[in-house]
Amino acid sequence: MIDLHTYLGLSATGFILGVIGVVTRRNAIIVFMSIELMLNSVNLTLVAFSSFLGDATGQILVFFVMTVAAAEAAVGLAIIIALFRNKQTVNIDEINILKW
Amino acid sequence: MLTTLVPLIVLFPLAGFLFLGLLGTRIKNETVLGLIGSGTVGLSFLSAAWIFLSMLAWDAVDRSFSVELFPWIASFTGTPSSFSSSFAYRIDQLSILMTLVVTGVGFLIHVYSIGYMQGDRGFWRFFSYMNLFIVAMLNLVLADNFLLMFLGWEGVGLCSYLLIGFWYTRKFDVGGYKPGTAFTNDAAKKAFVVNRIGDVGFLLAMFLMFDRFGSLNFDSVFGAASVLSPGNVTVFWIALLLFVGATGKSAQIPLYVWLPDAMAGPTPVSALIHAATMVTAGIYMVARCSVLYALAPDVLTIVAIIGAATAVFAGTMGLVQNDIKKILAYSTVSQLGYMFLAMGVAAFGAGIFHLMTHAFFKALLFLGSGAVIHAMHEEQDIQKMGGLKGAMPVTFWTFLIGALAISGIPPLSGFFSKDEILWKAFSSDYGSPILWFVGAGGAALTALYMFRLVTLTFEGESRYDTRALHPHEAPKTMTVPLIILAVFSVIGGFVGIPESLLGSNALEHWLEPVFRPANAKLALHPHDPELIEYVLMAVSVSLAAAGITAGRTLYLKRKDLVEQLQALFVRTYKVLWNKYYVDEVYDAVFVRPTVRLSESLLWRGFDVGVIDGLVNGSAAVTAKLGQWLRRIQTGVAQVYATVFLGGILLVLTWLLFR
Repeated sequence: MIDLHTYLGLSATGFILGVIGVVTRRNAIIVFMSIELMLNSVNLTLVAFSSFLGDATGQILVFFVMTVAAAEAAVGLAIIIALFRNKQTVNIDEINILKW
Repeated sequence: MLTTLVPLIVLFPLAGFLFLGLLGTRIKNETVLGLIGSGTVGLSFLSAAWIFLSMLAWDAVDRSFSVELFPWIASFTGTPSSFSSSFAYRIDQLSILMTLVVTGVGFLIHVYSIGYMQGDRGFWRFFSYMNLFIVAMLNLVLADNFLLMFLGWEGVGLCSYLLIGFWYTRKFDVGGYKPGTAFTNDAAKKAFVVNRIGDVGFLLAMFLMFDRFGSLNFDSVFGAASVLSPGNVTVFWIALLLFVGATGKSAQIPLYVWLPDAMAGPTPVSALIHAATMVTAGIYMVARCSVLYALAPDVLTIVAIIGAATAVFAGTMGLVQNDIKKILAYSTVSQLGYMFLAMGVAAFGAGIFHLMTHAFFKALLFLGSGAVIHAMHEEQDIQKMGGLKGAMPVTFWTFLIGALAISGIPPLSGFFSKDEILWKAFSSDYGSPILWFVGAGGAALTALYMFRLVTLTFEGESRYDTRALHPHEAPKTMTVPLIILAVFSVIGGFVGIPESLLGSNALEHWLEPVFRPANAKLALHPHDPELIEYVLMAVSVSLAAAGITAGRTLYLKRKDLVEQLQALFVRTYKVLWNKYYVDEVYDAVFVRPTVRLSESLLWRGFDVGVIDGLVNGSAAVTAKLGQWLRRIQTGVAQVYATVFLGGILLVLTWLLFR
């Protein structure tokens, strides 16, 4: 039996990797993937607690999160495609017109 | 019954003002407008006349009563600094007389205005202002306390301003300085500002009264003051400050300068406001406060000296003017000086008597001059008139009556009132032969400048282009008021025939209860008719006759003499022509420094520097801050995410390690 701490440690590691990816990577697709990584790390936490506490609520919530994440992925990819069509790049350093 | 009639005196013209002011533009018919405008004043006169006739039947003690309409101001009630003032009217022998003069003469002038203002763009506006003036003037004379009197005092000042600048697009020649650059508006502003200077005196007097006596009601103030000993410093300052107010409103030295310029207004305005009623407000106020003045004999002396000086000073200026209305304006200033002279020698009744007769003949003279100006198509220069006697007989004869009355020729009204003033100036305990001498000299001057005016206007050769201009008699609406005023100018003096001329001096006896407290304080010695009184009377009449003869001879037959005199006294003539340079001196000493100070310190320094500086400064600081802060928004999403992360870490740290 693997104890809760291991799950939480894995989840935290995944989340931190995701954060580092979001903050440091320049390719929009990779940033996007990092966000997904963060999302799923949180899902893992939810499932771990659900199992630990013997309460199904957390698992059900995870289903909802996955559904929403699927929709979000579609929207996010669509945005990236739209960006690429406009700017001929997915390097987010060059996508900086959202200012004054 | 009568107490309900009292507010009606004021409400009629007020209703007229509101109706004409709000709906006047909609009514295109001048007859309707004129009937409303003058009708309301006529009704007001009838109400006042009814009250007056009832009063005649009463005992003297019942003739004075006050009617409270509503409590006006009540503050800090129950505390030592409580102040209350009610909207109350006082009817007594003095106020009813003033009311009759204001509404009676006012009504005639309103009727006259229907003819004079015919075809004017602002016909309705004119009548609404005139009605408002009557309302304010009635508030002034009927008030039962100083505050309400001040309301009327300011109200007449406002109407004066509005009516002087009535033809606000017209140019107006102010004479000596800056010729041809002034508009009637400038004259109106001058009147307003000079009056404001006087009003400061009135206000300060009220503050002092409230501070010392705790009330502004006539009865309380006079009651509290009469306990004090004569010459008390409080009463001295109150009386002096009130007199400063009076010099502003009644155009006395040193604040007379606005009245000649006030002639920029339409002629009926000059007749009503700047001759018959408003300018006499100062006289009325001094008479009303006679108790205060009786307790301040020093101020009485000042009043007498200022009055006598103004009478002569203004007369000399009137001697050389060529504008028909300006001559009359200086004459008004001079006659007001006589009234103040009467006040100053404690002859309050005589002053009010002259006020009344002056209202008749000066209104008549102004309205007559208006008829002339009308006939001459807005020409006011008497050097360009002459020979109008034949073309406008009614105007000529009525004008002549007015001129004879003002010169003091018996038995016209001006003779009785002026002679009484001169006699009192000589014989009163507060008078002196010097005051009489100055006054009599002024009387000769009056006759001279009036008959210079009459002769140059109506007699001799026509000096205008007779082919282009055909003067004609004024319409009935204008001549009828002239005739009525002429009748009153003749018979108006009969109410005050002195005992020495076998009269009963009814007016003085009528007013006596009002002035009794003051006379008791002054302890005047009555004079029985003496030989000297007849001698002085004869002297002043012969002086007037000499003035008339001189005026007629000089300007009708011996024009060469006029030129010789002008050449002989060329410097004096120049000084007089420029009105002693008083306007120029005031301009240099008061107006320009004030303007310069306002421009440099108040405008450029304070307004632009401090006020605008604060407003623009705060805007500039905000803009600078924004310029600097906007750099936070890089537009790079990862920077935002990093800041976001930092924030979360900070919050987490705080949550975990607090």
